[in-house]
Amino acid sequence: MHSARTSPRSSKGRSIAAHAILLTYTLIALFPVFVIVINSFKSRKAIFAEPLMPPMPGNWDMVGYTTVLQQGDFFQYFLNSMTVTCASLFFVLLFGAMAAFALSEYRFRGNLLMGLYLALGIMIPIRLGTVAILEMMVAGGLVNTLTALILVYTAQGLPLAVFILSEFMRSVSDDLKNAGRIDGLSEYRIFFTLVLPLVRPAMATVAVFTMIPIWNDLWFPLILAPSEETKTITLGSQVFIGQFVTNWNAVLAALSLAIVPVLVLYLIFSRQLIRGITAGAVK
Amino acid sequence: MGALSLSQVTKSFGKTEVIKGVDLEVAEGEFCVFVGPSGCGKSTLLRMIAGLEDVTGGDVNLDGVRINDLAPAKREIAMVFQTYALYPHLTVRDNMGLALKQAGEPRAAIDAAIKRASAMLELDPYLDRRPAELSGGQRQRVAIGRAIVRRPKLFLFDEPLSNLDAALRVATRIEIARLHRELGATMVYVTHDQIEAMTLADKIVVLRAGKVEQVGSPMELYNNPANTFVAGFIGSPQMNFLKAGALGQRGETLGIRPEHLRITEAGQIKGTVSHVEKLGGETLVYIKTDPHGLVTLRLFGEHDFAYDAALSLDIDPPRAFHFDKDGQRLR
Repeated sequence: MHSARTSPRSSKGRSIAAHAILLTYTLIALFPVFVIVINSFKSRKAIFAEPLMPPMPGNWDMVGYTTVLQQGDFFQYFLNSMTVTCASLFFVLLFGAMAAFALSEYRFRGNLLMGLYLALGIMIPIRLGTVAILEMMVAGGLVNTLTALILVYTAQGLPLAVFILSEFMRSVSDDLKNAGRIDGLSEYRIFFTLVLPLVRPAMATVAVFTMIPIWNDLWFPLILAPSEETKTITLGSQVFIGQFVTNWNAVLAALSLAIVPVLVLYLIFSRQLIRGITAGAVK
Repeated sequence: MGALSLSQVTKSFGKTEVIKGVDLEVAEGEFCVFVGPSGCGKSTLLRMIAGLEDVTGGDVNLDGVRINDLAPAKREIAMVFQTYALYPHLTVRDNMGLALKQAGEPRAAIDAAIKRASAMLELDPYLDRRPAELSGGQRQRVAIGRAIVRRPKLFLFDEPLSNLDAALRVATRIEIARLHRELGATMVYVTHDQIEAMTLADKIVVLRAGKVEQVGSPMELYNNPANTFVAGFIGSPQMNFLKAGALGQRGETLGIRPEHLRITEAGQIKGTVSHVEKLGGETLVYIKTDPHGLVTLRLFGEHDFAYDAALSLDIDPPRAFHFDKDGQRLR
């Protein structure tokens, strides 16, 4: 549509410029990840001597990975991270979508105030309440449990989820929901079978935004669940960072491994996102 | 089965009153059309009958039973929406059968009902497709089929033809009229298009700003409008409103339909041709006059007029309507 109006040459130039900008940004964004991954395969000496060179046959060393897999219970840490991320994600999406549906669909007293109250959480970082949260968890006997982390992360993710999803829910056709009501579907069935599939792209967006900070978080695992059994992968990697000596091989290997699961989750959601956009559900 | 009665029905959103006391009787088997400009409350009124909006005041009765507080699914009604509102994840067959399934009907009865409806609407080849694989006209037929399957006491249509193109609109309009004859069901139909209202209705309800302006059969409204609003809304092209004083007639405004004007040698209304529309079967001539403004003349057959040619017109006195300065009809 755009290229039809501009001449082919200028549109090509524009396209090259756009791609150049995007590629530059991609390089900047991916560079740290790239450095971590290449160095995780090198010997300690090579990491410090030539940090930007890819691993060569001469300095190839898997010691980082063997350390990580032998020392500590890394599989357990992975499992903890996965459990916490997936469970929090599930609750954020479920409760976020339900709250968003209620706010966008029903007229009730205090609807707007409730929406603002929920949106307030976007502006106030949850870490400000760390002391109170810790006191609550101690009182509830939840310290050193994954439940504590799941509860905190669900609270952390909900404001943005409610905010984004309620905007999308407003765009779902009223006629469709009303048709369901006339056919005798319950409000829950309308929500789960009619509305949720139509806001799937928004759900995927929210999932990605919610998932990555949870996976990467060091703060709450350190405070609420630092025990050996409940350590997450980010916290687990810290054992190799000492006050005087840091085992860089192991740290880099642990971080490289930590990227994989979140990458897989991201790929799943981004496919959903694309499918949601191209499906053309109504109309 | 299916006599609808509204008495003093009102609806308010906060402090704004959108339906201001509507009284209406729709007899069993009648085709009733709500017509009016956008924002007049016709869709809100329909949604109140369907149970999708709460009724603020007054009573909605179906077959003598007050249904104000009944859930939509319990009212024995079916509704067809402007945007079709088919369930995107279900096949045509399941779309049509869902309501009966929810009501707990046996599988065989549901299948029989779907078969009957799909035969009526010629939907058999599409039963296993999903809505995304159908064209707009087919989707609206499925939506109508979904309504038929339930055998409701009352059919509600919310501007069902507005999303269709012109040719399909005419075909679907005829289809709805045929269904009404075959089913003999009570139907309430909302539209802003007066042609749909004229062609389908047994009874037209003209609404403006939440109030009923006039109720009557299409020809009653055409031949006997109660005020300038109804007179202007019903009939196409729109009625001409002339200054009664300048013509030596009683009242403030004189209404005359474009087909009831004649070209005469020494007519009272003089003007020049400003625009001509030739439609083959008829010719519409727009004439710039003083002090009446643009006057439309409708002639049958083909006619030639030069632009800016002088014309003089006369009214057909028995066909003229007289209105007072508030727009009410003087009889």
